[in-house]
Amino acid sequence: MAKVIYKFDADISTDAIYPGRYMATVLPTETPEYCFADYKELNEKLNSGEWKGGVLIAGENFGCGSSREQAASTILGHNLTVIAKSVARIFMQNSVNLGLELITCPSLEAKVGDDIVLEGGKVLNKTSGKSFEIVPLPAARKAIIEAGGLVPYTRKKLVEERTK
Amino acid sequence: MGMTIVEKILANASGKKNAKAGDVVEPKVNVAMSHENAALVINQFMDIFNGTGLKPKPWDSDRIAIIFDHRVPAESSKTATNQKKIRDFVRSNKIRKFHDIRSDEGGICHQILAEYAYIRPGYVVVGTDSHTTTHGAFGAFSFGIGATEMASVWTLGRVLNVEVPETIKVIVNGKLPSNVYPKDLILYIIGKLSAQGANFKVIEFHGDTIQNMPMSGRLVLCNMSVEAGATSGIVPADEETEKYLKEHGAADKIEFVIPDADAEYSQIVEINANELKPQIACPHTVDNVKPIDMVKGVKIDQIVIGSCTNGRLDDLEIAAGILKGKKVAQGTRMLIFPASWNIYKDAMRKGYLETFAEAGAVIMNPGCGCCLGVHQGALGDGEVALSTTNRNFKGRMGNPKSEVYLCSPAVAAASAVTGEITEPAKGVN
Repeated sequence: MAKVIYKFDADISTDAIYPGRYMATVLPTETPEYCFADYKELNEKLNSGEWKGGVLIAGENFGCGSSREQAASTILGHNLTVIAKSVARIFMQNSVNLGLELITCPSLEAKVGDDIVLEGGKVLNKTSGKSFEIVPLPAARKAIIEAGGLVPYTRKKLVEERTK
Repeated sequence: MGMTIVEKILANASGKKNAKAGDVVEPKVNVAMSHENAALVINQFMDIFNGTGLKPKPWDSDRIAIIFDHRVPAESSKTATNQKKIRDFVRSNKIRKFHDIRSDEGGICHQILAEYAYIRPGYVVVGTDSHTTTHGAFGAFSFGIGATEMASVWTLGRVLNVEVPETIKVIVNGKLPSNVYPKDLILYIIGKLSAQGANFKVIEFHGDTIQNMPMSGRLVLCNMSVEAGATSGIVPADEETEKYLKEHGAADKIEFVIPDADAEYSQIVEINANELKPQIACPHTVDNVKPIDMVKGVKIDQIVIGSCTNGRLDDLEIAAGILKGKKVAQGTRMLIFPASWNIYKDAMRKGYLETFAEAGAVIMNPGCGCCLGVHQGALGDGEVALSTTNRNFKGRMGNPKSEVYLCSPAVAAASAVTGEITEPAKGVN
């Protein structure tokens, strides 16, 4: 179970998640510091650890724009779960590739402070007692998640193909 | 049932006879492009080989392209160190499609792939940049991916687990009015489809307006298709595609991949080009598009002409035509950054750069510049920019307390003279 720490509108771009001026920082271990850098309170409470492991709620088209993978690694670094009404393609693929928990839930009703759990393929808002359907990830992405991300998935194929 | 262009390309690249939207395939990659974020790709690439006992070696160095453009010349020691690491990798792996920070080979990655004729119709192209959609202008399936996905491509030479996308057919007929350009057309289309209207889909462009459009305009349409969420924009290849590629050094036979007449589309959108007005994307989303009449007179602090969208020679020609003998309005500043050094030097020879300098504009070196707020041209709190770039997200140009409007080069130049959003006079094209 985790608490909703922040609620966003629609069309939150990867520029908002990880501003371009920090793009020279690339390593997944170094990106979390700049997570939502232009959202002062959110950034501070993530970096202090107070909101670690929380849930971000967003509207349509979360993660639109730039393909920068830092946008996924910066959220992953704070162990956050993202639940959005819909998600932009490249951000969704980056999230799956890195192992970020990303849930598409078009009908979700939740506010900051609500307790959220994932149960039986649904999002359950424990605070309101209501549950909401999840849109499954594209089938093509599931094998990558099951392998623990694209690095181990590719590594397995590499070894199979170069040693046979 | 017939196939769309992307279905044909993905079937061919996956060794299949047919492909339908929704199928999962593993297409072979023809060109894999990165810029400075190759530093992260290298990191992930090494990680894939870690513990396997195999030597980290890309599948085919000749299919990898690396172009420095996002922060050139380096704005920080961190960037310079990343660029150095990439140069070492390029050297040790003999990557020949490498474009360093040099005026005899450099520029913005998407312009370089076009100018150096690295793309062919029917190719599968991936790039660690969302505007990789640009190369669909050559009739290729060209899409943006993240750095880890690129590391996987460098390892295996194909993209794993790709779902064949559905296609939206956009048909444009008629003649664009003389002060309306491909940029206005694509802004209008994005406004119509919405910022996520083409998410996970491909946009195929058809109609006589597109057939009569030069490559420079087709590149604009495909470049900004991603702003409607599209995986790729695609223009069917034709004689214009072939002519451009030959003029830029292609010596091989150019084969066209065109859709079947009975291909299945998820949506068909028809547009009459005759009636279009200049369009403006207003803050803070690219689909917040209005005809210019609704935003005329908005005061502008900074005008920007350039980027992978609108920094080509014909864009600079249009802007120079409007600015010749005139001055950038007092209280407004203007920045010009051509999309490549070849364009920069052509613009110099044709006198456009002199026109800009005499008008009071600052000419910057080719690169991504201020488009994404990483390198020069920052905006102050409360300032407003009018730009020919491709994104106006909050904070995009480096300051969340500023506003960005997007427009064509003609609108940008006409507005530079007055200091406010101004409709360019008709009869300039």
